[in-house]
Amino acid sequence: MSAIFNFLTKTRGKNNLHITDMLTYLYLTLGIVIMFGPVLWLILSSFKSSAEVVKFPPRLLPYRQQTIQVEGFDDPLPLFNVQLDNGSTQTMAQVRRIGLEAQMIDPAKPEEIIKVNINNREPIENVYFGLDNFIEGIESFNFARYLWNSVIVTVVATIITLLVNSMAAFALSKYQFRGRQTIFLVMISTLMIPLSVVLVPVFLVITTVGWNNNLLGVIIPGAATPTGMFLLRQYMLTIPDELIDAARIDGASEWRIYAQIILPLSRPALAVLTIFSVMWRWNDFLWPLIVLSRNELFTLQVGLNSFQGELNVQWHLILAMTVLTLLPISIVFAFLQKNITTGIATTGFK
Amino acid sequence: MALATTIQRYLSKISEGIGQLFVNFFDLIFGSLQKLIGLKAMPYVFVLPNLLIFGIFILFPMLLNFRYAFTGGTSFFPDQREWVGLANFKQLLTCGNFLDPNSCREDLFWRALFNTGGYVVFQVGLMVVVSLITALVLNRKIRARGFFRSVYFYPVLLSPIVVALIWKWILQENGLFNGILTSFGLDKIPFLVNAQWAQFWVIIISVWAFMGFYTLILLAGLQSIPANLYEAASIDGADEWKSFWNVTLPLLMPQMVVVLVLALIRAVQIFDIVFAFTGGGPGTATLYLVQYIYSKGFASPSKQFGLAAAASLIMAGILIVLTVIQQIIRKEEE
Repeated sequence: MSAIFNFLTKTRGKNNLHITDMLTYLYLTLGIVIMFGPVLWLILSSFKSSAEVVKFPPRLLPYRQQTIQVEGFDDPLPLFNVQLDNGSTQTMAQVRRIGLEAQMIDPAKPEEIIKVNINNREPIENVYFGLDNFIEGIESFNFARYLWNSVIVTVVATIITLLVNSMAAFALSKYQFRGRQTIFLVMISTLMIPLSVVLVPVFLVITTVGWNNNLLGVIIPGAATPTGMFLLRQYMLTIPDELIDAARIDGASEWRIYAQIILPLSRPALAVLTIFSVMWRWNDFLWPLIVLSRNELFTLQVGLNSFQGELNVQWHLILAMTVLTLLPISIVFAFLQKNITTGIATTGFK
Repeated sequence: MALATTIQRYLSKISEGIGQLFVNFFDLIFGSLQKLIGLKAMPYVFVLPNLLIFGIFILFPMLLNFRYAFTGGTSFFPDQREWVGLANFKQLLTCGNFLDPNSCREDLFWRALFNTGGYVVFQVGLMVVVSLITALVLNRKIRARGFFRSVYFYPVLLSPIVVALIWKWILQENGLFNGILTSFGLDKIPFLVNAQWAQFWVIIISVWAFMGFYTLILLAGLQSIPANLYEAASIDGADEWKSFWNVTLPLLMPQMVVVLVLALIRAVQIFDIVFAFTGGGPGTATLYLVQYIYSKGFASPSKQFGLAAAASLIMAGILIVLTVIQQIIRKEEE
């Protein structure tokens, strides 16, 4: 037990590779496998054909059976290694299969049909990353539409969230006014009550406003997030008031003070809220699920979920669409990972 | 390269222009407003947009929820619902024996409650332990710490639906795990059909999906512990085990509390991952509170809004208790 903790609590490594260092790297390597493995498996699987996808046991890489164009046949014929009666093996193409018997031909001599028991032949396959699933999926899944809706929701909601919350945070951190304390306390007290707790009444409000089946109904309700307001306010409190007083003496309006002094100085906190907002909105599911019931308004998440419900067994298409859904956010992360993780770690939570 | 810098220069010019436009346009409105109502009233103008959205879509619904909870009938509109007092709560809370969901009038609610309770205990426990170990490992002197930190954080960015589908694909009857099991000569395990296995995997998957976030918070805490405290401890003859208990853990307590509370609150609200992963099944094995509320209000043919609202009030009560406990712990520390 003590040894495990020695290993875990050491903050300084040795020059030579100590056993604890090896354990550390073992843990980290295992981490890569566990964290990335499932996603990698998904991506590899998404290239498999519909027949390959249901095959058991599953193979790591996607394969495709080789085919050959033979004179006299319209379609390419699948190739097999056939074990002949005399014990030798030969590469042959299959013309058709009837029950347990396959009619095979030698591609060099297409006239002569040889009947082979299907247990005596092995398909010839090679690794093949085909885009068929993606093309078929996009055609039947309305991907472009869902992507567009998701992008609209994410971008518009993030802009509104930043604007509305930074304005409120500015007022609550830089002014003394009646009701300030009350407003702040009421907002903070709802910090821990999520939208999911008040589903029914929020849905009523949305219906009354007429935002059912309207992207605004997805965008607006979450825009005044107490978390975001709190995060920005805490940051703005650290900006010295003298700057504001000086600007006011110079005749700047309150709006200019907010937009040209406070906002630029709050950039780190705004960046963190942007990351949070994009993450929340892109991945949001429960809320759009309730507000949107018309298919053409679905966001990617809602669309993907209904897709897996209606095509229960069409795994090859579901896998391809899942890959397309996780792709945008993964690309963003690959480029901004350092900013995202340090941003959240340093500003995110006190 | 030259092209890239040119594009970059143009982009920054454009965004600067948009910024100027934004500032000046709103200054026109806000500036004249300020002349009209005076400096003293300006903070109200700044909080107003937030307050409106907050009031209409968060605060008002919260109050309205009480009305739903104390009224009955199937109508969605509050004015057409009749006052039933505590009937909804009674229906939820009437049990022959509180430990046996079958004896309750709303047996699904109690199943959801028990399932959520079990899930919360195991998931949060595992989450805290795994995040702490990972943060401690990442805090060692290692190469490419930034990279490894991102490795653990990556699943946090994935949407719950994507997470659910990834794991459903791995755990399905003919999936990767059963393939590995049979290659060792073992029998297939019906991971998604067996109740205990489904509950187990819901816990594992949600830890997999969220642990990176908590690891990040704990790692930030570990890095803010001054190194000279460890030096002092080792001069005093403390081995690493002792300095973990006497230096690391006490100084990490604020972050541990944050992690514990956030993980708790999030665990109580578990919904979307499970909804796409098992749909609450098999049977009711992974039916949790939010899904119960959702299904009462939106999915079941007879819309029982009153029950949904009453159940969500009970859930809000649980969340408030958790928050208060956190406040007490925090106070005690200060």
